[in-house]
Amino acid sequence: MADQTTNPIAFVADGTIPPSPPPANQTGIIKWLRENLFSGVANTILTVLSILLIYVLLKNTLPWILNGVWNADSLAQCREILDGKTGACFAVLTERWHQLIYGFKYPDDAYWRPNLAFLLMLVAVAPVLFFDLPRKLLLFTAVYPFVAFWLIWGGTILVPIVALLGCVAAAVVFQKFGKNSFAAGFFGGIVVALVVWNVGGALIPDDANEGALLSAVPSRDLGGFMLNLMLGVTCVSLSLPLGIALALGRQSDMPLIKWVCVIFIEFIRGVPLITLLFVASVMLAYFFPPDSTVDLFLRVVIMITMFSAAYIAEVIRGGLAALPRGQYEAADSLGLDYPQAMRLIILPQALKISIPGIVNVAVGLFKDTTLVSVISMFDLVGMIRGPILASTEWNGVYWELLGFAALLFFVVCYGISQYSQWLERRLATDHH
Amino acid sequence: MSTMTDPPKADFRLSMLINDTRYRSLTFQVIAAIVIALSIWYLGNNLIQNLRAAGLNISYSFLGDPSGYDINQRLIEYDSQSSHGRAAVVGILNTLLVAFLACITATVFGVIAGVLRLSNNWLVSKLMAVYVEIFRNIPVLIWIIIIFTIMTAVLPGPREFRGENPTSSMLFDLFAFTNRGVYIPRPEFANGLFGATFLNWLLVIAVLVGSWFATREIEKRASLKQEQTGERPKTGLVKLAVWLVPFALLMVLMGLTWEVPALKGFNFSGGIKVGGPLIALWFALSIYTGAFIAENVRAGIQAISKGQTEAAAALGLRPGRIMNLVILPQALRVIIPPLISQYLNITKNSSLAIAVGYADITATLGGITLNQTGRAIECVLLLMLFYLTASLLISMAMNIYNASVKLKER
Repeated sequence: MADQTTNPIAFVADGTIPPSPPPANQTGIIKWLRENLFSGVANTILTVLSILLIYVLLKNTLPWILNGVWNADSLAQCREILDGKTGACFAVLTERWHQLIYGFKYPDDAYWRPNLAFLLMLVAVAPVLFFDLPRKLLLFTAVYPFVAFWLIWGGTILVPIVALLGCVAAAVVFQKFGKNSFAAGFFGGIVVALVVWNVGGALIPDDANEGALLSAVPSRDLGGFMLNLMLGVTCVSLSLPLGIALALGRQSDMPLIKWVCVIFIEFIRGVPLITLLFVASVMLAYFFPPDSTVDLFLRVVIMITMFSAAYIAEVIRGGLAALPRGQYEAADSLGLDYPQAMRLIILPQALKISIPGIVNVAVGLFKDTTLVSVISMFDLVGMIRGPILASTEWNGVYWELLGFAALLFFVVCYGISQYSQWLERRLATDHH
Repeated sequence: MSTMTDPPKADFRLSMLINDTRYRSLTFQVIAAIVIALSIWYLGNNLIQNLRAAGLNISYSFLGDPSGYDINQRLIEYDSQSSHGRAAVVGILNTLLVAFLACITATVFGVIAGVLRLSNNWLVSKLMAVYVEIFRNIPVLIWIIIIFTIMTAVLPGPREFRGENPTSSMLFDLFAFTNRGVYIPRPEFANGLFGATFLNWLLVIAVLVGSWFATREIEKRASLKQEQTGERPKTGLVKLAVWLVPFALLMVLMGLTWEVPALKGFNFSGGIKVGGPLIALWFALSIYTGAFIAENVRAGIQAISKGQTEAAAALGLRPGRIMNLVILPQALRVIIPPLISQYLNITKNSSLAIAVGYADITATLGGITLNQTGRAIECVLLLMLFYLTASLLISMAMNIYNASVKLKER
């Protein structure tokens, strides 16, 4: 082997040259800026306009928010503290916090009850929303409506207990007879529940509310954001089963059932919610027996439930229609009857497809609960427009209050839609 | 080989009504019919009893009685001596007006936001995402109230236009933006061809429609010429003339003048007043629904696979023609059905006018008339009938359109 030093070639590279870094304007933040913000004349103009817009928005709102006054008794005092500077008067939120959340008539010493009901609701809803939690928790979910009713309305505990007993009896009957014949179990359950409720209702003494552990609160004293939440949660949960029934009815082979469902759904979807609320406030009372007093809250719940059931029915119908015909035929060929086929094969798949749509309806419905302020119920918007803005202390504090309402709704609705997107990814069992 | 025989008919047992699929659906329907009839009878009976107890009856004669209230925003003649029925018609026209205006602007907002959300520009697409999320997740009622409050709080009152050194002035001396509404000049015909203003306007519309048909004819001829000779004649100037000349002639003939709003006393008079509630409702509905339409537009454009663009480019089409001839016709098929249901939503949400005091059908018939006459059932039924008719008409239009653009599969 020849000696290296005597090699006749002047230079031999003994390794690869390390790659040199790309030019400064082709890397890192500069490249990103060039590609995403300034890739052309039109894009540059758009970017500059957007920055201007953001600047104007921030310039007008930031000082207002940062200078905000959180402690004052009235708008006049706020202005004194601000002393001519621009600034928000968030003191209205702290001072009227209870009114905004619970309404202006809910008893002061009972605020812990809706709070507890709200916390328990989170626990009750968790196993429904997240499948990984132990299934045993669903038992609590089943009991929750009765607990919440007792906490919020107070009064004698016998009423929720009788209601719960009726439901338990119905469930037992359904378990016993539903195996052989769905119809027998279902209708038997309804009959038994009605019997239990009537007998139990007769047994409760008239003066049971006096001296009860929790003082009774009439429905008209509910208000604030609590009312929005209660209407939203109650109506969505009630309208789900009703919506499923309507969707199945609309697909039915029986012409009478089908047309009743079609007319109901199309009628409800054709009119605005506000007319249905008018029905609840001025018209529905005429359809109840003359001596009954069904309070406004219940009438509103009935109408909103019917409203959202019609929309949910259409969403589920879409899910049913999206299932391949083979699924129905496979169920038939296994010898399943209609209730079994629906419960075990069709509905689980159809409901899975419908989840995004159902969540959309739920979000829309929750936003629409603000409309009850039009029929003079004092929900969050009703409280703001009514008692708070009309009071002498806070007359003129629009932006803080409306901004607060908007923020509350945004947080809840955005949260629900993010959950729905997570659930969609989670439930995607098809791989591609 | 066995043949199918009908099951023996003789041994019909009662249990077959439940267990035999041939009879079961009949049984269920009979039961359902009985239940429905019973509940209708029950509800109707309650209604009759309650009405009798309250000393009421169902009658629509109140529609002919004088209403006794005034409506600021109106498209037809109306005063407090007019009947409740006429107030309802004013309300219907107002509903249709705000729904029509909001549909147009919501489409514009929605298409711009939807396209910009797909933009390569990071900042712009994020801004549009923020717009869509904020507006979709906050109730429309709150938006209507917020925008109404902005209108009344930010715009100057009429008195600020007065005096030697007014703090506010009219835009070009033609438009006045006040917190009571926007005043714009009103076109008037000094020597109209007909006595009624309404007929004159109809004539203007007829002329415009005529021009539209004429330009279409010119286009068609140009295309024919192009197919025969390969050269497309220039039609731009001719089309412009067809649009402008008859219109201008008509205007000169009828003596078009503008009635400019002017400050008289404490308020503006003359011109057309577009009331504050109308503007707030219009703007709130369009910007709220625009956020939903933006999502529909985005979904529609994203639904067209990239292969379509590439195939069109491979055929040698220019980018503009790719959009017009390949992408848009396909995207529109996806976009239009949800778009029309958004129009339906606008029409229904316009009933929130009652929150800002815009006199739509809900505020006149379902609000003041109902409260004055106490005819709750009649008013609410009429209200529902109107919205139901409007919705059914719109969905009928949608079905016809869907059938016409359906993919023709062979």
